[in-house]
Formats: sequence, structure tokens, C-alpha cells
Amino acid sequence: MHADSTTTKKAAALAAFAGLDREPGVAKPDPILVVDKVVRRFGGLTAVDVDHVEVQRGSITALIGPNGAGKTTFFNQLTGFDSADEGSWTFNGKQLKGVPAHRVARSGMVRTFQLTKALSKLTVMENMRLGAQNQRGENFFRALIPGSWRRQEDEITERAEELLERFKLDAKRDDFAGSLSGGQRKLLEMARALMVGPELVMLDEPMAGVNPALTQSLLGHVKDLREEGMTVLFVEHDMDMVRDISDWVIVMAQGAVIAEGPPDTIMSDPRVIDAYLGAHHDAPMSAEEFEEQLQEAEAELESEIEEKA
Amino acid sequence: MDWNTIFVTTVKASIGLETVVYALAAIGVNIQFGYAGLLNFGQAAFLGVAAYGMAVTVATFHLPFWLGILIGLAATVVLAFLLGIPTLRLRADYLAIVTIAAAEIVRLVFRSVKFSSVFGGSDGRQNFSGDFFAMNPYSPGTYGIGPISFNERVTWVLTVGWVLIAIACGLVYLLMKSPWGRVLKAIREDEDAVRSLGKNVFSYKMQALVLGGVVGCLGGFLFALGQASVQPDLFSTEFTFYAYTIVILGGAARVFSPVVGAALFWVLLVFVGNTLSEAVSAGMLPSLFTVNNIGAVRFMLVGLGLMLLLIFRPQGIFGDKREIALDAR
Repeated sequence: MHADSTTTKKAAALAAFAGLDREPGVAKPDPILVVDKVVRRFGGLTAVDVDHVEVQRGSITALIGPNGAGKTTFFNQLTGFDSADEGSWTFNGKQLKGVPAHRVARSGMVRTFQLTKALSKLTVMENMRLGAQNQRGENFFRALIPGSWRRQEDEITERAEELLERFKLDAKRDDFAGSLSGGQRKLLEMARALMVGPELVMLDEPMAGVNPALTQSLLGHVKDLREEGMTVLFVEHDMDMVRDISDWVIVMAQGAVIAEGPPDTIMSDPRVIDAYLGAHHDAPMSAEEFEEQLQEAEAELESEIEEKA
Repeated sequence: MDWNTIFVTTVKASIGLETVVYALAAIGVNIQFGYAGLLNFGQAAFLGVAAYGMAVTVATFHLPFWLGILIGLAATVVLAFLLGIPTLRLRADYLAIVTIAAAEIVRLVFRSVKFSSVFGGSDGRQNFSGDFFAMNPYSPGTYGIGPISFNERVTWVLTVGWVLIAIACGLVYLLMKSPWGRVLKAIREDEDAVRSLGKNVFSYKMQALVLGGVVGCLGGFLFALGQASVQPDLFSTEFTFYAYTIVILGGAARVFSPVVGAALFWVLLVFVGNTLSEAVSAGMLPSLFTVNNIGAVRFMLVGLGLMLLLIFRPQGIFGDKREIALDAR
């Protein structure tokens, strides 16, 4: 049954992308997130300059690009952790520019961090409970009357236990989060984000620093998010992972979106190769050009030999 | 050497006025620093504005005592907002810089010549504690066990003080067991993570700053009432650093640590101080030590003791060694 639903959800996501243009900013059938003309400058450096981009609902979309392409800055802006100089973006049709990070999270767009932020001196369970929304006991005055929040706390604990079991962290329930390994912290961070009840999960390099043995299970968990009807947008460097789990890939370079496309073909897109390896590294050459370069190289070699002699 | 006097003064110090005042100030610091991770280096100012708010209302403007208490509380809350609004959105160090400067500004305003008609300059204010002692249920006499006893005025101040400490500890216990306290502790660990989980970090930090200030300001009222006088120099920066020492001595983020820390801190200071002065007058110490310099020597010895404590028990008395181990990772 599980395998069945996997194929249908994956198929649905892929069907949505079928026949889409490969141009940056291509319109999707049912976008959950629409970004328009977002610009972020740090002094003279334009870190992000995204003209238009859409993220399809119910899909796993990867955001890739060489180092310094502005992926994380872009992520920070969308989630309210950094302010954009210009532009606007909507999540489920709701304008999010200038909305503080905690409201963005409440509206259903929850992120994780590249450098995992496990709350070290809280136990794994407390980390999980913190993720739950609309807690009565988080109000100062109601906090003083345990009776007013106990029942809700029990419900939250139950939900947290289910998630911990799914992420195989149930044995660590009462350990400090700071005592977990790097991979377990990634798992905890993802599980904690799910406690918020998000519609769009934004993962910033979910595989960074994870030991290979955990990679497969982490990949499985990301796929499960789509099965449960969530949308995933993730930044990643590991191309194997991108090919394995994403339905659509958005490529950024020097702050702008330069290409989009399905994962199996995106890496052969010339714009992407240029962005990663430089525009002239292996530009296709005519036979004359090849001859010319060969002669140049030989001449250079000869002159060097003469110099030595 | 008069061991009896040393013993009696030391035991009295463990529950005396200083212990009460510093315990309340330290409970406030523990809420702010221990639980929420806010570096408020201006706790003395919170006690100062409360004490002066009450003293000035009663002594300068001849208004009722309870109105003075209300004004003192309001002044504390206003100070917390003044310090918090511009700095709590910034990195943690900014609050530390602003609060330490603000505390000095507050103290210098209190002792300024310009405002001496209101605040009384460096002499401060007196004659405001009449209504407080009029409420004293204890009839004149001494209360206590044998030599360890206090007169009716001190007994009344200490009774109110320890009741306030009990209430403050109860409050901290309830709050820190609750989801509200969980958010606070999480903010101490990592603000951004808490933001990403949909919590309004600024609001919680502000609540912690105000709550810690208000608990501390109770100590300010007692300080003023217990001495029946306020002076600006009671609220200097050392006061804040003693409060921090007490929190760390007891173990940060533990309910009773500020209380036990305060008692221990004053017991140490009084015991070392009295033992030294007795030893000097009995001629048991080299002539290097005189009655005039043992005051400094006692701080050196207590400082040495605190250093040793931090080396061999960095988590404080009540702390959990596992938590300190996490920091090293």
C-alpha cells in the first residue's frame, strides 16, 4: 500500500511538471509559493536577484547552484530571517514580504538550517514539544495554572512520540539534544519542524554532515513528506540526492535563477554547466579552432624548452 | 579569638537582610540570564529605580506608602521596556552594553546635585519607612533562638523578605515547568531555531526581562526599607556582579540556586571577614595584615574560593554536570 501511494504521489508531481518549459521562472500549474523580483544587496554585492520563480504544490523541488550563488540568502528572505531590499512573494496567495520569521512559520512555511540548530540543553522530547503551535501554556498567565495546559501537553506529547518513533529517535527521548550525533540532530530538526504542521518544508542542506549510513533513511523521510501531502523545497549540493528524490530542479547562479528542469536532464543543460564550470571551459570547438589551439600549445611548449636550453 | 561571635554573626548573615536582598536580585538575574540567556548587567538599576520610586514618592512628595510601591513597580517595568525595546532584537551583547551603561546613568542621576531636591544627592532619602513599620505585627522585643535573634523591626523585614522569596521561587518553579519556560530555555539555546518554530522571540525576551526586573525590584524595596534609607551608591555595578556570582555559585537555571547561592555568598563573606578581624586583633597574623586592609583581603579569599569552585564544580552547587559537558562539544 505504501509503495502504491508512493508511485501515485510521485506520478502526480511528475505529471504536473510534464511538458513544462525549461526556462527560469516558468509558470507551474498549482504553485504554493510565487516569488517576484526579489533583490538583496549587501553593499555593492547583489547576493540575490530573482526575477520570477514558482514552486509546485505537492512536489519535491531542489534548489541547486555553485557556492555563493545566493541559495541560503534567498532561503533566509523567503522565511523572514533576512529582509529583502525589493520584490514580493506569496505563499498560498498570502503576501509574505516584511512578515517576521515566526509569522511565516505559523502560516505553514517551516524551515530547517544548514548548521543544525538542536536546542542542546533541552531533551529530545522538549525539542519536539516546542514545535507544536497554539500552546495554551505558552501564555505567561496560563502557564501559572498547570490545569489549563496539561491536557494539551499530553496530546502534544503523544504526537511527538509518534514522530520520534517514525524518525527512530524514540530511544533518545529523554537525552539532551546536544548529546545526539550530527545525523540524529538533522533527523530531530526535521521531526521538530513537522510538529509545527507545515504545508511547505524548506530544508537547507539536509545532507550536510550526515554519515552515509543515515543518508538513505533521511532521503526516505523527505520522500515521506511528499506522501503526506506536504511540499518540499530544499537546498543541496549532493547531486546524487537531488537526482534521487527531487521532482523538479531550480538552478541559481550569482543570485539569479538561470535554469529549471527535471533532475535527470538539468545537469546537461549548457547554462547549468557554464554556471558550475565557467563559460569557456570546454566550449564546443570547430576543427580549425582545435588546430589553432593545438599549434598555440605546441609553440608554447617549444618556447619553454628553448628557454631552458 | 571569639569563635562564638564569629559563629553567631555568620549564622545571622545566612538569613539576614543582605541575603534576602541579593537572593531576590539573583532570582531575577536567574530568570533573565539563567533561563532566557539575557545578559542584563543592569540589575542594580532595577532595584534602584524601585527603591527610589518608593522612597521619593513617600519622602519627597509625602504621598502614601502603597502608592510609592506602585510607582516603584511601574518605574521598573518602564525601565525594562526602555532597555529592551531597542536592544532585544539585536545580538545578545548589545543588551549587556546598554544595561551596564544604563545602570550607571541611573545611579549618577540619583546622586546628581542638579536633582538633589528630588533624589537627595549622595545622601539619598530617609523617612519613608514609617508606614511599613507601622504594619509590623511583632511587638517590641527580640525574636530568635538564643543569641541568634533579631529585634522586632529586623524580624518584620526578614519575614516579609523570606515570604517574597518563597513566592518568587514558587513562581519560577511553576513557570519553568510550563511550556512558557520551555520557550524561554529554547531561546537561550538558539533564538533562530525558536523563531523558525513560530514563536515570537522578542515578546518572550521582553517578558523575561520585565519579570526578572520586577522580582529583583522587590529586593530594592526591602533594601530601602530594611535600612530605612536609600543611597545611590548601594546600586553600583558591583551589586549586579555579586548577583551574577550568586547565580553561578548556586548553578544557573535552578529554582533554589539563587537563594542558596546568596546565603552561601554572605556566609562566606561574613565568616572570612570576622575570622580575619578576630585573628588580627588576637595578633595571630603577620603584621602585614592590619584592621584596615583585611576588608580587601576577605574579598581576595572569597574570590579565590569562587575561582576554585568554578574550576572544580563549574556547574555550581545545583547544576547538572552533563549540561556543562554539552558546552564543550
